[in-house]
This record gives sequence, C-alpha cells and structure tokens, in this order.
Amino acid sequence: MSANVTDTAVPTLEVRDLRIGIRRGRHDVVLVDDVSFSVAPGERYGVVGESGSGKSMTLRAIAGLLPSGVEVLSGEIAYAGQDLLAMSPRERRALMGPGIAMIFQEPLTALNPTARVGAQIAEGPREHLGLSRRQARRLAVEMMRRTGIPDPERRAQAFPHELSGGMRQRIMIALALSCSPRILLCDEPTTALDVTVADQVLKLLSDLCDDLGAALVFVTHDLAVVAQTCQRIGVMYSGRIIEKGSVTDVFAGPRHPYTLGLIESAPDFDRPDRPLVPIPGTPPNPADLPPGCAFNPRCGFVQDDCRIDRVELASVDAGREAACLHPVGMSR
Amino acid sequence: MSTSAGDGTLRARDVAVSFNRPGLLTRTLGRGRAHPVVHALDGVDLTLRHGEMLALVGESGSGKSTLANVLVGRQEPDAGTVDYDGTRLTGHRSVLQRRRIQMVFQDPYSSLNPRMTVRRAIGELLRVHDIVPGPEVGDELIRLMRLVGLDEDALDAYPGQFSGGQRQRLAIARALAVRPDVLVADEPVSALDVSVQATILNLLTELQAELGLSVLLIAHNLAVVRSQCQRVAVMYLGRIVEVADVEEIFDNPRHPYTRALIESIPRMHRSRLRQPAVTGEPPSPIDLPPGCRFAARCPAARDRCLTDDPALRILQADDPHEVACHFAEELQPLPVI
Amino acid sequence: MTEALVTATAAGLPRRPFRLSRNRSRALRPWYRITPLVTGLTLVTFLVLVAVLAPLIATHDPLTQNLTAILQPPSAEHWLGTDKVGRDVFSRLVFGARIDLRVGFLAVLIPFVVGSLLGAVSGYFGGIIDAVIMRIVDVFFAFPFYVLVIALVYVLGSGERAIYLAIAAVSWVSYCRIVRAEVLVAKNQEYVVAARLGGLSHARIIGGHILRNVIAQAVVYAMSDIVLDILAIVTLGYLGLGIQPPAPDWGGMIIDGQPFITTQWWLATVPGLAVVFTGLALSLTGDGLADLLAPERRK
Repeated sequence: MSANVTDTAVPTLEVRDLRIGIRRGRHDVVLVDDVSFSVAPGERYGVVGESGSGKSMTLRAIAGLLPSGVEVLSGEIAYAGQDLLAMSPRERRALMGPGIAMIFQEPLTALNPTARVGAQIAEGPREHLGLSRRQARRLAVEMMRRTGIPDPERRAQAFPHELSGGMRQRIMIALALSCSPRILLCDEPTTALDVTVADQVLKLLSDLCDDLGAALVFVTHDLAVVAQTCQRIGVMYSGRIIEKGSVTDVFAGPRHPYTLGLIESAPDFDRPDRPLVPIPGTPPNPADLPPGCAFNPRCGFVQDDCRIDRVELASVDAGREAACLHPVGMSR
Repeated sequence: MSTSAGDGTLRARDVAVSFNRPGLLTRTLGRGRAHPVVHALDGVDLTLRHGEMLALVGESGSGKSTLANVLVGRQEPDAGTVDYDGTRLTGHRSVLQRRRIQMVFQDPYSSLNPRMTVRRAIGELLRVHDIVPGPEVGDELIRLMRLVGLDEDALDAYPGQFSGGQRQRLAIARALAVRPDVLVADEPVSALDVSVQATILNLLTELQAELGLSVLLIAHNLAVVRSQCQRVAVMYLGRIVEVADVEEIFDNPRHPYTRALIESIPRMHRSRLRQPAVTGEPPSPIDLPPGCRFAARCPAARDRCLTDDPALRILQADDPHEVACHFAEELQPLPVI
Repeated sequence: MTEALVTATAAGLPRRPFRLSRNRSRALRPWYRITPLVTGLTLVTFLVLVAVLAPLIATHDPLTQNLTAILQPPSAEHWLGTDKVGRDVFSRLVFGARIDLRVGFLAVLIPFVVGSLLGAVSGYFGGIIDAVIMRIVDVFFAFPFYVLVIALVYVLGSGERAIYLAIAAVSWVSYCRIVRAEVLVAKNQEYVVAARLGGLSHARIIGGHILRNVIAQAVVYAMSDIVLDILAIVTLGYLGLGIQPPAPDWGGMIIDGQPFITTQWWLATVPGLAVVFTGLALSLTGDGLADLLAPERRK
C-alpha cells in the first residue's frame, strides 16, 4: 500500500503547538491556538469544524498560503521530519508538488482560467520532476484518465470554464497528484459539488491516495463525509483542537460536548426521527474569548470550573483526547 | 384566510421554461437550429397541498430553482399553467396574489437590503399592504420578531450586524409579514453552518404547524428532507422523476436516479466506501438525448429507455407514489445498509 | 446512552434572545475614525466658514477701486496687495470663495439629481427605455466637455444662470452612467426580488431600496465634479464667458493676474492656490466618503 515511503517511523506531517494569527502589538489576534496533530504515512486524517474554527487557516499554514496579514506566530510544521517554517521560501517551494499538494473547494477559482487544463497539470511535473514537454503532457493525460475524465486527450485542450464542476474538481485532483505527493491537503473539496458527483470524487480521492500511498488531510464541516473518508479525526472549535481520536470511536461516543452538539444538530439520514438539537449561541469572536473553556457559554454541561482556566487536551481513553474538564459519558 | 373557492392547493401543470431562445434576428438568419437553448423545465407537474411540507430535491441543473421561480411569479413559464386555490395565476399577478406566495432565498447575505434597518424594511411591507392599522405596526413588528426567535433589539439594526442564521430568521420574518399561505424556501439552510441549519429547519417546521402554511422546501441534502418533510418530489434535468410520501420514497425508491441519490449520501455510521452510486455526469441541458434523460447513467437502462421518454405515472391505484420510469416495478429493493 | 444525553443538552437550551454581536460591525467604522474624511470635512468647513463670514473677514470692499494704489505688494493695509485697478486682493479672495463655492456646488446639484434618476430608471427597467437614454448619453459623451459647455454658454448668454444650465446640460451624463451600472448589479440582488414579491411598486423599489445602495459612487464622483466645475468656470472666464466682472471669483482673478505673473506674481498665484486647496479638501472628503460608504455587502 505504501509505495514510496522511506521511513515508516517518521510521520509524514507533524504539527506542533501551531499558533496562527494577526500581529497587533500588545494583543495579537489568535486564529489558531496551539494546534498539534500528526499524520502517519498513508493515513487519512480529518479536521472537522464549522466556519471560524480555524481549520482552513491551519491547512493554509501547512501549504504556505496564509493570506496577507495573517502569519504563523509560533510552533512547528514538520514534513517528514523537516521543519517547514525554518526553510527558505525556495526550499519550501521545491516541496510543493512532489511532497505536499493541495486541492481547494472551488476549482473555478483555483485553476487558471486562461490556461488549458492539460498544460496546467503538466506544469508541476515539468518543474519538479524535470520531465520534457512531451513526457509531461503524456503524464497529464494519464492523470486525467486515472481521475475518470472521459476522452482525456481531447479534454486536455479545454479551458476550465468549459468543463463542469465535477470535471474541474477531477482536474484539480489530477493536478495535485501529478507529482505523486506524499501528502494531500484537501480544503472542503466536495462542498460545492452535487451529492452524486461528490460521492464519485470522494471515492476517487480515496482510491488514488491508496494507490500512491499518499497521506490525506481532509478539512470539512460535514461529519458524514469525514466518517466515510478518514481514519482519525481532530475536531476544532474557536481555533483549537478540542477532541482527537479515531473516527469510529469519536462518532460512536463523543467526549467533548461540542462534538456531541455537532452530531446532534446534523440531520442523520439513518435516524430521521431523532430531533435536530441545535447548539445554542454563536461561536465567539477570536478577539474576545470568554474566560476558561471557549465553549462554556454554549455548553449544556457547563460547570463552575469550566469558566476559570483554559482547558488543555487530555487523554480520555486509549488513543483519544478531549479538551474538557467533564467529558461526556465519563464521571469525574 | 382563503377567500376564493379552492382547497389552498398550489398546482403547476405541464410547466416548461427555456432560456436563451433565439430571437427574431437569429431565426431570420436561419441560425435558429444551432442556437444553444437551455430547457430548464420540460413539462413539470407539481402539486403542493394545503398545510403540507413538500420537498423538492435535485442536483444542479435539475430545474428546481427555476420551478420555484415560476411558482412564486418571478419567472413566467413558456408553457403550462400555475393555479393557486382554484385561481389561475398569470404572468401579471395582482398584489394580493403575490402576497399569498412568498419566498425565502438561499443566500442570507444578499436577500436583505444592507442599507435598511429591519424595522424600515418589514414595516414598509406592513404599511403598504395595510396588514395592521398604522399605530399597531410597531407591535406587529415585535410579534414577528418573537415568532422567529429574535429580540426586539433586532428591529433597529442593519442586516450586516447579524450572523447568517439570524439573517435567515429575518428573511423568514419578512416573508411572513404579509401573511402568506405558501412559503417557497429555496435551499434556506445550504449556506449556513451545520449547527445553525438545525435551528432554521426546526423554526420552519414549527411555523408551518403553528400558522398552517404550505411549504415547498427545496434542498439538495436528502438527510434534511427526511427529517422535516411529508412528501418528496425528485427532479432530474427539468423533469420530475418521482413523487411519494417521505417514508415511502426512502424505503422504497422506484426510480434509479432516486436510488442513486440515496446511495450517494455520505453516512455517519457506514465507514466503508463502496462503489459510487452512479457514474458520469448529467448531460448538458442544451443537448438532451431522446428517450429517458437518465438512460446514459442508469445502471438498469435497456433499449427502450434510449428511445422512449417515460412519463410520470402512478405505480398502483390508491398509492400516491408516482414514478417516471418504464421498469419501475421490476427494480430490486435497495440493499439494507 | 445518546437519548439521555440529548435531553441533557436540550435542557441547557435557553431560548436566547438576539444579541448584537460586536464583531459583525467590524466593517462599519464610525465616520470620525476615517482620517481623510475628517481632514477633508474640516477643510471644507473652513472654506464654507470663510465664504459665509466673508463680510466679517474681508478688510476692504472687494469692489472698490483705487486707481492711485494699483498693483501694490502685500502690506499691513492690503494683506495681499492690490490688483490692477487697486482692489484689495485679500478681500476679493475671501468674497471669491462665496461665488466659487456656491457655483461649484449648485452646478453639481442638478446633474447629480437628474443624472442619477435617469440612470436608475434606465438600469432598472432596461429595454427600450434603457436603449433610448443610453444612446442620448452616448451622444453627449461623444463631445469634449468644454466644446459643449462653451457652445451652450455662448448661446444662452453669459452670467451665472447660463453657466449652471450649460454645465448641468452636459455633466448629467456621467452620473447617469455611474448610477446605471450600479443599479444593474443591485436589481439582481435578492432583496430586490423579495421586494417585488412583496408587492412593492417599481417607484418604491427604486426610490426606497435601490437608490440608497447605489448612490455612494455618484456622491464620490460629485466631489471631484465640484472641482471640475470650478475649473470650468475659470476656463469660461478666460474666454470672456464666465462670471461677469466686477464680481470677484478666483478664475477671474487668475486671468486678471496672468499678465503680471513675472512681477506681481501673487495676483494669479494666490487664487490658484485657493483653487488647489479647495480641490484638496473636496478630494479628501470624497475619498473619506468612499471609505465610509464602501459596500459592506459581503462579509
């Protein structure tokens, strides 16, 4: 299964105490706060959260694509043992493609509208793998075929706007995987797609990552998608990871009230009679966090000690962590 | 609330809408044939009964938004009729007719005037239509806010100061201000965070029960539909392909596309990815194949499907389940997951 | 297990009343925080005060000639000296502010109102109305501004009223185009659709709903248009078609002072600086307004 992994002990990606935010003299605005997780070679890791949770920022920081004004305040991002933040921009660029690749939510804006899709896919291999124009073109067509695009030779000549949404997403996948990266970062890749097309794309992503032995970091707000695609998961709220564990464990028995709230508020197709229980209130403003646990104003299980100190991630079970003083289903 | 003799039913019959039809010049020049016309709706029949919540489900290109626009009066159909409560609704609706059917839009950010306070925007509607006498407008506004779960402070704020979920509540309040009988909700929760979707969906259900509204809920998320609606209509490429009561359609879907839709839904408690439910993509609505529109992607397609376009028909007498498929009776039941 | 937990979370659910969250108002900075706007408005206020209080500020009567004391340099008696017929330059400058500011603002008013309305109607209704109005606009745009204005002033005779009419007749087209473009976008916004569905008339929608969302650009343009109009009056004066003497206006003062530029340079330069100063004040105000009224439509 793992085709091109050199050292199975070193995680492909390791994020340690990452803090991202906007520097503002005395009071930096912190958007992502002390986030840590690691992804083993070939593993599929899901990052789940709603808008404002910081999940996209985290991904962008790994890819080096933070918007202007936002920067990494502290922490480490290690790819196969090398700290990305300590590298020069040139060294980092060399990694994008053969090492780390990313696909985005909206392919229409992520692809160059004035370049033919075949050429766009071929660009990476030419640059990073040193292929000739003809070789790269052949690789591009082959990648398009593997991503299920019919009639790839002809389609390679098309412009992005001439293709449908599902096709464009496949092009983006082909582009991302063209240099056989070791890890693929996905920022809500199926959110903008129709459900039948999304289904195909997810299956495609899974299969291709298996074939290439690539690890996957999948950011989304859709719990069901993560349930189907990933093995382990980190749930983010207000810039922090508040629960970690395997997908099956976390969804079968969530430990953090927010995770429980997410599950309860989403319509579950298999249980239509379960009432939808929304989470009251709204996510806090990162510049104005409540004291103690960030979720406490909205938590149905809140107790006095939740309002005092910031709550750190702690082990709640084998291989599971939650940032809660009174985890769900456990008496403490 | 309804003054005319009717049963409060909203009925669309044989509605067709095409876009980009060739104009006079193009046709004169003989270019009419090659002109790309988009057939958004092609012979659609839909009935929304009084007091029910009907879901209209379809993917992009299915024509569901166009159908909503036709029902609401925003788009005039090229063919077919729309009747409400026994009265024919034409392209030019009277103000009273327009009031009866209101719409809630998908995008909470563009559906409210950013430069008008809530009080001004909704108050205007109350005054123009004389919903309540002048001095009572203030109280009515407060009542509307309470109805959708917002505080009176909301009245003097601008839409920009609210979150997405709160804006949708405002949009619902605005729609309800004119006391409609029918609410068409076009993907009202798609643009919202998951935990907020629940609040809006619950609100819609509550209001429907409390006010006796008929609601047409347009969605692409079948999970949403299952928990809230009584009947479901599935659309594909401008046609309705299946209509049934909600449990019936999920337990016993008879059209291959409906089955594919159900299969495609990501499930929380099914961790293994199986083969995708359907391959390929919908054909372009410009270049429709003869015969059944779903034939190219249908796992159960046969020769007849390529030439013969199936009509929507009732499966059995006494059973309101309608399907547009030649072989609906023969399909194997879905495997239980 | 989950059922018990559901009731627990549901129990913790108060029906929260709405609370205005402060972070939503991030985009709406109060006007007094926008530096260009504050600076601009301060300068404009200063100018307006000078104009209004002219009789109190001026040291002499601007019209009194004194042929014995012509072309005097600045002194204690005449702060900015005298012009070629012995009138006090400072007083003329101050009274000139009255005329120039008044003409500038008024000359912009009618085009602004008429142009914006026509643009709104044109954009909203489209079709034949739009076609007709736009073709008329195109015709006006085909001519250079001054050519038309001069021709019209020549025909209408000189004097203030003629200037207003001429400028109005020509500059409404810019506002028309600006507002039409904005309306084309606005009319497809869903709040407009909702208003139609709500049974509101076209007039109410254009006047009440759309205009407030599209007028910002036109207002900003109007700021710079005022300066352009002041300059237009200067040009007209140069051609003998402007404000009639002896009324003091900056343009006239510049023209009168032109022959003396190498000797009594202040006669032309100081009014010129006044025009520049006014232009700066209005530009800053325009910039500030653009910032203030910047669309906060999207999050």
